[in-house]
Amino acid sequence: MAAPLCVQLEFGGGAELLFDGVRKHQVTLPIQPGPWDIRCLLVWIKENLLKERLELFMQGDSVRPGILVLINEADWELMGELDYQLQDQDNVVFISTLHGG
Amino acid sequence: MKCKEGPPVLIIRVGDAFCKACFKDYFVHKFRATLGKNRCIFPGEKVLLAFSGGPASSAMVRQVQEGLSRDAAKKLRFKPGIVFVDEGAVCGQDLGKRREVHSQVEMILRATGFPFHLVHLEEVFDLPGSILRSISHNATDDSQSYKEAVDGFIRRQQQQQSERTGDSLPGQLSELSVRCPPGKEAVEVPGPLSVSHTAELTHLFRAVKTLTAKEELLQTLRNHLILHVARTNGYTKVMMGDSCTRVAVKLLANLCLGRGAFLAGDTGFSDSRHGDVLVLRPMREYSAKEIAFYNRLFGVPAVFTPSLDTKVRGAALHRSSPPVPAAQIQRPCSPPPPAPGRPPHYPLISFLYKLQSEFPATISTVYRTGEKLGTTPRDAGGDAEPERCLLCLCHLDTSVVDGSSLQSTLLSEELCRKPPPSAGSGCCGGAPNETGCCRSSPTAGAVPSQAVLFPLLCYSCRLTVKDMTCLEPLPPYVHSEAERRQRRAAMKQEIQEFLLEDDLPAS
Repeated sequence: MAAPLCVQLEFGGGAELLFDGVRKHQVTLPIQPGPWDIRCLLVWIKENLLKERLELFMQGDSVRPGILVLINEADWELMGELDYQLQDQDNVVFISTLHGG
Repeated sequence: MKCKEGPPVLIIRVGDAFCKACFKDYFVHKFRATLGKNRCIFPGEKVLLAFSGGPASSAMVRQVQEGLSRDAAKKLRFKPGIVFVDEGAVCGQDLGKRREVHSQVEMILRATGFPFHLVHLEEVFDLPGSILRSISHNATDDSQSYKEAVDGFIRRQQQQQSERTGDSLPGQLSELSVRCPPGKEAVEVPGPLSVSHTAELTHLFRAVKTLTAKEELLQTLRNHLILHVARTNGYTKVMMGDSCTRVAVKLLANLCLGRGAFLAGDTGFSDSRHGDVLVLRPMREYSAKEIAFYNRLFGVPAVFTPSLDTKVRGAALHRSSPPVPAAQIQRPCSPPPPAPGRPPHYPLISFLYKLQSEFPATISTVYRTGEKLGTTPRDAGGDAEPERCLLCLCHLDTSVVDGSSLQSTLLSEELCRKPPPSAGSGCCGGAPNETGCCRSSPTAGAVPSQAVLFPLLCYSCRLTVKDMTCLEPLPPYVHSEAERRQRRAAMKQEIQEFLLEDDLPAS
């Protein structure tokens, strides 16, 4: 149903360490029957990008508390969190605040 | 607070969204409000900003920049400088990586236009013993003198302004030169790294058995070094970038570490344990989320440096599991097996964040509870200058009072150390102590040294020192100051009978 989506993912604040130290990922999400929401995106990240230590990134079907999510430079809490439906060329940022400061 | 115009970009409190511009105003205002409320930075004073490269201290540096570039009425009036302590040697970075971090940090700091000092943690081996002394400084009625100082500063400024109304260009120029500190001399870049010191430092940290003690020791050494930079360069205030989230974690963690007596000093807005140099925490009203969003939205650069823990986590990972394709990791979020001697910070961070995600007031509640703690030192025994811990410079909390928890802790330790009863009738037949073979422990070499330091340390620092296999690798200034204190104590004992005591009962 949905066409392939191109989205940019970014990891910061130490979260990039779980992704081989790479901060920016330009990814193309494959066609799937339902729409791509953040919930699906997290599963996709878990299966395709995450290099190590799942428990440091996710908890249940969401991100671990302490990891902030920005969708197009805005707090995901304003966008419906897990239920936000991704659009083509969206920019999703994950910032860990667990590393201290 | 909500302008109802711009698109909302973030939520800090439930149902209270900010647009980007309002968030910036809110963030910048909070910094100035925190400083204004506490009234402890005098105009024209030199203030050292402790920059670690992390998000909170980066945001703090940006706030000072913002504050200094404002129009006169709202302008911050102090003179900032920045210090960065390179801890690469103990965090498992090689020289190449350290140099890379170094140049990154240097670039960021140069861009601020403030004078800055880059120092290596290795320099603790060259510190003077005086760093461990609290230099008393007679604080008069601060609120009164603050007002006077501000009035005087404003008057002087107006005078200067009126003097230069005639010729605007030179006036502007002099203003400029005030704003941009003379580049070359203000920048302190360390000389070539002393290889022997690096070896000494790694040796020191290898002698520490647990990660908790390592972390505590690192923090102590870092604070001493920052204090040294402040004292030698005439800074009278040091700003640390502890965020609200960090303060909350620190409150709970320090309780676990036996630092309960010092919570107020360790987490409060201002900390006067060093006497002449006041440590301030102006970021303590910002949550980690606010800081992360601010840095992201306004392009505040930060340098990611691994901590002691990052390295250990990585090492543990490589040891325990061969690389597994990510897709195969299906197991639910089981926490990693706790490493021995893991500091309480990490489980506490997870605990607080998890609670926070369901009860959004958790972190601020912990933080506000801590805020109620006072910093009034106990007047122990009416002594003029209470003893301070050799390492953390807090007032010693180790006077064993009847019924205190310290007393029971010491008692149970004593009982545990006693040789099992069977030994009494064993080889040496319970020979008078210290002569029998079962008394001498294999660590005999380290014991006297520990016994020497112990009376000079607070309870928590004793725990840290107890986790060290030997004490020789400690930097020389610790040893020399310990000796000095012992000599003084011995001398005091010697002349004790000739001293006139104040508190003699009136006869």
